This record gives sequence, C-alpha cells and structure tokens, in this order.
Amino acid sequence: MTPGPLFLIFMTGQYIIRRLLIMLPVLLGVSLIIFIMVRIIPGDPSMVMAGPHATKDQVEQIRTQLGLDRHPVTQYFIFIGNLFRGDLGTSTRTSLPVTREIMARLPNTLLLALASILIATVLGVLTGIIAGVKQNSKFDYLSMLVALFGLSMPVFWLGLMLMLLFSIHLGWLPAVGAESFKHLILPAITLGANSMAIIARMTRSSMLEVIRLDYIRTARAKGLKEKLVISRHALKNALIPVVTVIGLQTGTLLGGAVLTEIVFAWPGVGRLLVEAILARDYPVVQGVVLLVATMFIFVNLVVDILYAYLDPRIRYQ
Amino acid sequence: MEEIIDKAEKPKWSQTREVFNRLSKRITAMIGLVIVLIFLVSAIFAPFLAPYDPLEHSLGHMLAKPSWDYPLGRDELGRCILSRVIYGARISLLIGTMVISIGVLLGAPLGIISAYYGGKVDFIIQRFVDTMLAFPGILLALTLIAMLGVGLANVMIAVGISTIPIYARLARSSVLAIKSRQFVEASRSIGASNFKIILRHLLPNSLSPIIVQSTLHMATAILWAAGLGFLGLGINPPTPEWGAMLNGGRLYIRVAYHVATFPGLMIFITVLGFNLLGDGLRDALDPRLKT
Repeated sequence: MTPGPLFLIFMTGQYIIRRLLIMLPVLLGVSLIIFIMVRIIPGDPSMVMAGPHATKDQVEQIRTQLGLDRHPVTQYFIFIGNLFRGDLGTSTRTSLPVTREIMARLPNTLLLALASILIATVLGVLTGIIAGVKQNSKFDYLSMLVALFGLSMPVFWLGLMLMLLFSIHLGWLPAVGAESFKHLILPAITLGANSMAIIARMTRSSMLEVIRLDYIRTARAKGLKEKLVISRHALKNALIPVVTVIGLQTGTLLGGAVLTEIVFAWPGVGRLLVEAILARDYPVVQGVVLLVATMFIFVNLVVDILYAYLDPRIRYQ
Repeated sequence: MEEIIDKAEKPKWSQTREVFNRLSKRITAMIGLVIVLIFLVSAIFAPFLAPYDPLEHSLGHMLAKPSWDYPLGRDELGRCILSRVIYGARISLLIGTMVISIGVLLGAPLGIISAYYGGKVDFIIQRFVDTMLAFPGILLALTLIAMLGVGLANVMIAVGISTIPIYARLARSSVLAIKSRQFVEASRSIGASNFKIILRHLLPNSLSPIIVQSTLHMATAILWAAGLGFLGLGINPPTPEWGAMLNGGRLYIRVAYHVATFPGLMIFITVLGFNLLGDGLRDALDPRLKT
C-alpha cells in the first residue's frame, strides 16, 4: 500500500522537527566555542584589545565594557541573552554596534555568494550531465580535466589571473569595487569555480550510477527517446545526491568569500572579518563567525529537508 | 591465538603491488606522482636547487621581468622569484605535514573511541564533531588565527585543528565497519582489554583509509595555508611562502604580472599533483568506485 499524502506530510513534519532538535545543540555548541575562544586569548583580552599604548583606565574600561570582570558562567548567559536581542557588542575599532557593521556588509556577501552558487550549479550540473551521458567522449575527458583544474585552483590566484586578463589586458570588466552588475561578474566566477568543479564531478558520477539501473533499461526498452529517458527518468534520481553537495558547497563559498572579497576589494562580511582579525577587533570577529556559522547550519537544514522531500526513503529512517 | 590473529591482519605485499600496478596504468595518477615527487625534491634539496639566496634583495632590480639569469624574474624587493618559489615548497611541505599530523593524531583517536564505545560517548563526541563542522571551510582556521595571533606555528595549529573533525569522522566509520568482525570478537573473548583491542586491532586496521585521505588532504592543507598567507595572517616576511609572495605581488599586478603569477602557479600545480595522485590512489584501492 502506498502512503497517502497526509501521511507523507506528517512524516516530513516529524523529520523537520527532529532535524531542528539536532540543530539546537550544534548552535549552542558553536556559540560556546566562539565564547570560549574569545576568552582564552593568550594574555588579557582587554589589554590586547586596548593596544600596547593604552592607559590602565582604558584597559579597565574595555574590561567592564566586555563584562570580563564577572564570572565566566554569568558572562556566557549575558552573551546568549544579548544574542537573542540581536546585540553583538560594539566594535573596538569603529565604536559602532557590531550588528550595524555586519548588516551594512551582509547584502554584498549574500549577493556574491548567491551569484556564485547560481553559476556553479547551472554550469556544474549541465557539464556533469553531458559528461555522464557521453562517458569517455572528448567532452567527458576535457570537462573533467577542467573540473580537476578548478578543484586545484587557489581562489585568490584565479581571481588575480581573471583580473589580469579581463580587466587589465582586455579592459572588459572592472577590477575592483562593487558599484554595478559588471563588478559582480569576475568575483562571482572566481568564487564559484571551485564549487562548479565539485558539482560537475558529482553530477557526472551520480548520472553514471543511475544510468545503469534497471528502470532506465526498462524506459529504453519501451522505446522512449534517449532525451526523454535522461530528462524524465534518470535526471530526477541522479540529482538527489547533487543537492547535498550544493548545500555543502555553500559552506565552502562562505569561507572562500573571505579570499575573493579581499582580491576584488568587495565590501562584504569576509573583508570585514579579515580587517577585524588584523585589528584584533574581537567583538566583530565573534559576530561575523557566529553569523556565518549559523547561516551555514540553516542552509544545511534546508538541504536536509529538501533531500528528505526528494528521497522518501530518508524520512522513514 | 594472538599470533594467528596478528598474522591474519598483516597487509600482503602482493596486494600493495597490485595497487601500484593499477595506479601505474592511470596516466593522470602518474602525472600526479611526478608532480608530488618534484615538489618533495625541491622542498628537501632547496639549498642545492635554488640559483640564488631567496632573501638577497637588490632594490636596483625591483620587479625585473623574467630573464636568462632570473628565469621567473624578481619580486618587489628585487629577490629571485625562482629561488623563493623553490624555498617556498619547504614551507608548504612543513605546513602540510604538520597540519595532517595534528588532524590525524587528535582526530583519529577521537573517532576510534567514538565508534568503539558507542552510546553516550559516541553521541557527545559526534555533537562535538558536528559543532566543529558547522564552521564552514576556512572559517574555523581564521577564527583560531584571530585568537592565537598571526604566524607560521599558529597557521599550522589553526588549520590542523580545523581538520580534526574530518579524521574523527573517517576513523569512526572505518572502526564501525570492523569492530564486529571476528578477529576483534576473538581478541575480546580471550580477555584483551579495551585499550589493547583499540591499539592492536582497531588502530592498524583503520589506518589505510586515513592514509589515503591524508594524501588528498595535503592539497587542501596547502591551499588553506596559502590562503592564510595571502591574507597576511601567515608566516612573517621575509621567509618565502607562496601565499605571502602572491600577496606581495598582488599590488604590482598592473606593472609586473610575474610577481603574483608564479607563486600562484606553484600552488596550483602542487595542489593539482596531490589531487591527481589522490584520485588515482582512491580508484586503485577501491576498483568498485571506478565506473
């Protein structure tokens, strides 16, 4: 007997709740790790933050400002409480609220990441399908070689080389900044290249696996055109594992954004993080890391749910 | 009994030879092997191979273009880029080896304990691993650098720690696969302690997937470390490190492309070599994966 639609919705709902429950300790763990890390900085954090020329009063002021004069457990609860109110503290570099600093840069990073994942997914999946369907063809060899190149390319070097070619030599695209759509093209390709390679490889191997299954043979045997066999039957199952890879890639993208943003002077969260690290601006470091990790956890949650939706076997486990 | 069990576990030489035979048939894997060997040779014999002192600067020849005497040109301080690139292999090799050592030495025991004891221990360790994996890509390493401060040792520690969850996962899954096998059961039935079972049976048997993964991971370790160097968070100048060299050359890209191009090319080729070799090794060890 096949399960009815109501039962399916119920199972998916249960699955989502279970996934949410697993996520909670991870989120708490992340906040705890970041909390502890900022407080085990060798030496006194407030002294480090105040800099070598600070007076005793200034150090004391930072200490109170950070709440470092209280018991660590109290500090953690205050930290969590503030988090829920969206208060991430004040930047020691600019004296602005960390939330405001991040919010000013976040849209840029999201735009960059979204454009990259879009390019990576569309081109990666297309390449993977063609390479898989035409296994051992010239296209297969060539595209997989290019994919291997993409996998081994340091993001920052690829960015510089693209800039050298398209901005400096050909003059087609702007090298740095974020003023227009044209400014987005090079950073998005740079950041997406690595993921594109991984997605293409994954799609190809997944395609190869599915194409050998009995139901595909059946579809061919009943006289369906090869195009229909691939697009209607094979693709649907072949893309399931690819969804997970795309989800994992958003993590790599968020990390790689740091390097890409530096190369192209893209005013995003990644550049903010590097600037904060170099200036020892711990509240900003803490805020950015917390935000990016939380975003990554949520993306993975969405991917898991999508995965369960696409592959009913997952829900029943 | 113990001896019989031990004998049964010894890897067979014929198996190793077969793996190598399969590996040698793949041209891409062989290219990878050659690249890795060249990388190792230049790292180890850098003082004999480098034509000039990598630190000797000459402000009169700043950003000089490639020439017969200086095949890759000179950098922003007039230093020989070829010599610096060769010496840079040392730093990359050092970082790669240290990162993987930290990852394996801390991660593998964690995974083995997690799988062997199961239950609550497994649950707690796995949540810890999940938490570490919640920091995407290079972010955990960046955070650790922010806390530890910049420098070569801190880069190795930071990247090393961020690889712990990968090895913990890997060791866990390979122990799960063998922990109910007969030789483990046999060992337990003759009264071997948990510690002894882990050390004598589980550790050696879960090592081979970890070794393969390490080869593949050299590529990532080198990439990440170069990335941190590029961000100015790595080794202090003037020590030649590929990422830092690239960062130095970045500012002059409009007038002297070679300063940033060649160190990056070195990172690319080395990482490609490890990826090709790793791909080949994986296929050679597990022919089922080769479709």
